Amino acid sequence: MSGNGTIFITEETIEGEADGPLAGKSVAVKDNISTEGIRTTCGSAMLEEYVPPYDATVVTKLKGAGATIVGKANMDEFGMGTTTETSAFGATENPVAEGRVPGGSSGGSAAAVAAGDADLALGTDTGGSIRCPAAFCGVVGIKPTYGLVSRYGLVAYANSLEQIGPIAHSVEEAAELLDVIAGPDEHDATTREEGADANYANATDGDVDGLDIGVPTELVEGADEGVVEQFWAALDDLESQGATVHEVSLPSVEHAVEAYYVIAMSEASSNLARYDGVRYGHSGGYDGNWNEVFSEAREEAFGDEVKRRILLGTYALSAGYHDKYYKKAQDARAWVKQDFDSAFEDVDVLASPTMPTPPFELGESLDDPLQMYLADANTVPVNLANLPAISVPAGETDGLPVGVQFIGPKFGEKQVIRTGSALE
Amino acid sequence: MSDTSPGPDEVRHVARLARVAISEEEAEQFAGQFADILGYFETLDEVPEVERDTDLVNVMREDEIRDSLEQEDALANAPESEDGYFKGPNVS
Repeated sequence: MSGNGTIFITEETIEGEADGPLAGKSVAVKDNISTEGIRTTCGSAMLEEYVPPYDATVVTKLKGAGATIVGKANMDEFGMGTTTETSAFGATENPVAEGRVPGGSSGGSAAAVAAGDADLALGTDTGGSIRCPAAFCGVVGIKPTYGLVSRYGLVAYANSLEQIGPIAHSVEEAAELLDVIAGPDEHDATTREEGADANYANATDGDVDGLDIGVPTELVEGADEGVVEQFWAALDDLESQGATVHEVSLPSVEHAVEAYYVIAMSEASSNLARYDGVRYGHSGGYDGNWNEVFSEAREEAFGDEVKRRILLGTYALSAGYHDKYYKKAQDARAWVKQDFDSAFEDVDVLASPTMPTPPFELGESLDDPLQMYLADANTVPVNLANLPAISVPAGETDGLPVGVQFIGPKFGEKQVIRTGSALE
Repeated sequence: MSDTSPGPDEVRHVARLARVAISEEEAEQFAGQFADILGYFETLDEVPEVERDTDLVNVMREDEIRDSLEQEDALANAPESEDGYFKGPNVS
């Protein structure tokens, strides 16, 4: 525990093994990333006592780079949330906005950096879970292209959408951490060669002269006035440095939130079927029929948001509804990908506010799940299309942090990092 | 609101399929929330038919023996084990 609610679920120091590029740096690791011998809870009572017998690939790489891991950061249970209030271990408060949420689901990771409890942090982003807390806490977060960073050892929520990525104070520090964790991994067949020997830190030269930036009107229209003001001020800054800004249209993104939630919940209902309380996890100690024991243990150990998503996912995949929800969501996903592909024929990067609003007050959104889902409108299209994106701070509105998001083409990390660095 | 959203009975049925026990209160609460959420999901009907790219490729590796977890490590997180096996409840 630190001053701002629960930032870490477990505080434990794991020293790096070598004198590498991250020597002397402290890193907070989101608690859904496996650490050998250190419990990894996913913010859930289900895994309260779970101690992984192996390290995630990204943790092996952190140790090899000489980083010191300082704790396992708080998160929405199994990554399901936009506020870091659904953790079984209590909510995290935003260190830079008293009484407000840090964003989610990697809220503990972003708060650890913002509060100065760690130099750097790892989060995971399934529908915006790195970018949202980065924007709400006034720090930098990168969601890498799907396949750039190994997911081996990441406790799965929605495999086809999620990526591990860095959170830091500056674009350069985030890029340095990405350099360490990117690259192919024989333990994860979805990784690609593109991240091998990456040097993203080199791209933080702030050179945006001649850069074409597209602004999807659909991602600006619904945002708060104060957020939109800061967003345009950031783009004016880039124009003054030689970039060109023009509006583009991505009609498909109007359906991205529905598609994202149908796909994520469907994958979650399948992934979370593994928690039966027999091989690991909360068992409840019940006796009797397998199905009843299994159901009781899951009733006890899963929170409301997790149950809601398992049930909705089960429903969306059930006979009679599969075509209505899941198949349609896959169509929408393909449409989003095509829309982005055609936009990138004309522009180098796309820009939008990261979140349509400043950070919510603690407790504000918990009773209305649909309203919380709608807050993810600007971040989820990126995950559906498997693209890279960065959130960088863009000033404040009423004293609350605002983030701007830059989206790049597949494996276009250097473009988004370069653009982000021009705002610092 | 959705025309086809599940009522409390159907929510309980889905919960049984998903092996998550829920209380009466939860069944009522979820039924109300699901009506809103599924109603929103139904706007997917406006999505046009899209020709999907088939950029999926199989990734194969040599089928060779690798080290795996020691039995002791694999059992370390199990609430109950016996003679090197996981011990579960009755299957009936």
